[in-house]
Amino acid sequence: MSALWVAVIVTSVGCYLLKLTGLSVPEAVLEHPLVERVADLLPVALLAALVAVQVFADGQSLVLDARLVGLAVAVVALLFRAPFLVVVLLAAASAALVRLL
Amino acid sequence: MTVETLPPGERRAIVRDGVAVGIASGTYGISFGAISVTSGLDVWQTCVLSLLVFTGASQFALIGVIGAGGSPLSGAATALLLGSRNTLYGLRLAPLLAWTGWRRFAAAQLVIDESTAMAINRDSRLAARTGFLSTGLAVFVLWNLATLLGAVGGRSLGDPRTFGLDAAVGAAFLALLWPRLRDRRNQVVAALGAAVALGLVPVTAAGVPVLAAGGVALLAGIISSRDDPTEYPEHDDLPGGGHR
Repeated sequence: MSALWVAVIVTSVGCYLLKLTGLSVPEAVLEHPLVERVADLLPVALLAALVAVQVFADGQSLVLDARLVGLAVAVVALLFRAPFLVVVLLAAASAALVRLL
Repeated sequence: MTVETLPPGERRAIVRDGVAVGIASGTYGISFGAISVTSGLDVWQTCVLSLLVFTGASQFALIGVIGAGGSPLSGAATALLLGSRNTLYGLRLAPLLAWTGWRRFAAAQLVIDESTAMAINRDSRLAARTGFLSTGLAVFVLWNLATLLGAVGGRSLGDPRTFGLDAAVGAAFLALLWPRLRDRRNQVVAALGAAVALGLVPVTAAGVPVLAAGGVALLAGIISSRDDPTEYPEHDDLPGGGHR
């Protein structure tokens, strides 16, 4: 089995078990302020890191290219409360446009 | 046993809101499907992710790390860390929904941002269940149909850079993060997470920088001690949820 399939299956099983655990364990088991805070802050740190890496990384180097324009357009779209799909499409279109110019 | 029912008007309103959120959230499965196949996964793998993982941020994280050249397992690790917030949602939902047996196993798959937002803050168990199920099922059906559509369409796009799809990934993550950035502490954590990741890009294998940013969350959780007002998604945070 390819490494990609292994990753797909590990993620599938793991994500389901994470959901099921929440519905199944007594609240007291995970009801610790530190656990709650860390689990709550994880998405913030990870999503921000994913934004940064997706926009600035090219292999092992950091670059400024059309993706930064796409991100800037996404910020403006989000400030105007545009729906998700519109934000993503505008970012893609603006980056594609910059590359054409 | 008496069978409780909701007033028809209330029930209709809850289901209508759930379907509206489902349409808005589900359709962005198109971008997931298209980006996934241009990141190196095939249509099958892409559709299995939407069917079985069924939590957007984790799915985008997996294909994002793989697309950036990271190892599939570091992508899976990032996806699982992101999926851990669904455990917290489940903890809050369990006493509200109070399902047991096979219903609980089935309901677990639908525990996501949207269904949680539309179930908490209801004033009865039946209303909470109706909000959870209508939203969860609407998102599930549309998210999977849209994924298939995007994956099949994405195969014909060729080089993802031509259409700016590489820029779309960063925008997708930002849109997922956006509702959380109203809070000052979250802004600091986000900035530090991004800085740690960028600092590590030149010196570590792809995939590692994002995982390392998880350390920022751990440290911030140990240092700070107050609750986060944006911890649970609000109706207004959802695409299509702020229409009232």
